[in-house]
Amino acid sequence: MNAPTPNIFAATPLARKKQRREQLARAVFFTMALLLVVPLVLIVTYLVVQAWPVLSWEFLTTNPKRGMRAGGIWSALLGTFYLVGFSLLVAAPIGILAAVYLNEYAKDNWFTRIVNLAVINLAAVPSIVHALFGLGAFVIFFGLGKSILAASLTLAIMTMPVIIASTKEALAAVPQSFREACWNVGATRWQTIRHVVLPNSISGILTGVILQVSRAAGETAPIMFTGAVFFKAIEEGNLFAYGLRDQCMALSMHLFTISTQVPDVPHGLPFATAVVLLGTVLFINALAIILRVWLRSRKKW
Amino acid sequence: MNHFSITTRDLNLWYAKFQALKNVTVNIPQGKITGLIGPSGCGKTTLLRCFNRINERFGYVTTTGEITVLGQNILAPDVSLIELRKHVGMVFQRPNPLPISIYENVVFGLRIHSERRDLRKSELDDAVEKALREVLLWDDLKDRLQHRATGLQLEQQQKLCIARLLPLKPQIILMDEPCSALDTAGTLGIEELMRALAGHYTIVIVTHNMGQARRVSDECVFMLMGEVVEHAKTTDLFLTPKDPRTADYIEGRYG
Repeated sequence: MNAPTPNIFAATPLARKKQRREQLARAVFFTMALLLVVPLVLIVTYLVVQAWPVLSWEFLTTNPKRGMRAGGIWSALLGTFYLVGFSLLVAAPIGILAAVYLNEYAKDNWFTRIVNLAVINLAAVPSIVHALFGLGAFVIFFGLGKSILAASLTLAIMTMPVIIASTKEALAAVPQSFREACWNVGATRWQTIRHVVLPNSISGILTGVILQVSRAAGETAPIMFTGAVFFKAIEEGNLFAYGLRDQCMALSMHLFTISTQVPDVPHGLPFATAVVLLGTVLFINALAIILRVWLRSRKKW
Repeated sequence: MNHFSITTRDLNLWYAKFQALKNVTVNIPQGKITGLIGPSGCGKTTLLRCFNRINERFGYVTTTGEITVLGQNILAPDVSLIELRKHVGMVFQRPNPLPISIYENVVFGLRIHSERRDLRKSELDDAVEKALREVLLWDDLKDRLQHRATGLQLEQQQKLCIARLLPLKPQIILMDEPCSALDTAGTLGIEELMRALAGHYTIVIVTHNMGQARRVSDECVFMLMGEVVEHAKTTDLFLTPKDPRTADYIEGRYG
């Protein structure tokens, strides 16, 4: 037999060098991913550790007492739920349906392109500008006064462009061939949207909406001008304690108030408020993620 | 031994629990065109993808047995995938030119496999001309080398994908249904090119098209359910198949 031939596929010096660079690149990417995760974990851990002594069921269900220096956060927690809930109730249907029109019906001409551009630009407007708009339009011009209604509408105006943009992206990700298949059995556009486009993009649409929940819950500026107040006591344990025309407290603003405006607040209180705010957002996200996983498990491709 | 470019012995391959290849033992002759034929899902593409170990991207693939390429067991630990793929190129079902110029597509491999300072403009120019001449594209494309490769006709794109392999001087070219996205004229163009390349390169082609297997291949391997049923010279396999299953398949009774 032949003498063993040298391995022609053995790594050359260049290949080894490439391999080393590959490992270096991998290490860099991994480090970056780690840098992303570590602060997050540290922040959350720190918050929870600081907040732990204060957190209790009672903390959630009692109003603040003694000039915010004691008691719980009930009126702020409920206020945040009202604000986020009503703003979504307005922003989600309008945003999603508008996006459906823009993506499925509108012709690609200069006008739609300008609308699309405007939507993207609107999404980038700072929230303080939305706050001023809300103050001028809803509070003063429409005469809603400083109220939950005015604040929710302001939050809705703020979140809508992003919902439109993300919904459009989700719709555009549905393969065109699905639509063609549908049209070619004689389906109308609406039937196509109803039976094929929406079911296959719903998880993407939800993702966009969920992200806006977190944003609406966390924003302080827009509600400060239009409906949130420093302190308001409401009936404890009653989920319908606020009316739409009432002013309300909100977690984000409450956190701002007790950390910067009120002297001698017990150390754990702001941390506990922050943890509740974080927990509320996580809770809503978790619900939406479960819904999304369930919807996606029915997706066939 | 040396007139075989690729030999496998008792090659088994599993995708998770599903066994896609069962005790495959084949010898692919050097400088010839070998066709892999069989119904969809018979494992011919899987076998093809074993020859440059591209299956391994998927973490759940298990391989046992032996694959020898150019006299070297490629499952050995000291085999560098970088070097292996330099010697064993692959052409895919849909032409996949990179979204850069024609020129850059052809020299892409050279740039990947050399240090920047070792590449001279004149060498690259020569490599492009040589590769494009080999795939019969030079006369058509020489005046628009800086155009985008994705704007070419599909047949030209596929030829360009073959040309992209050549500057690295591969000994083996694997083709996975290279004509299934092309029309009749495009298919004939690629087949003509394959005949021109045979001899210089060992070509293994997966095809669903019996006519194509007959026209271009020197030898044919018929596979079924992950096993090699028959391997013979193309003329023999099509005229006097030994196994009744081969006869049924090539006469179009199933598949």
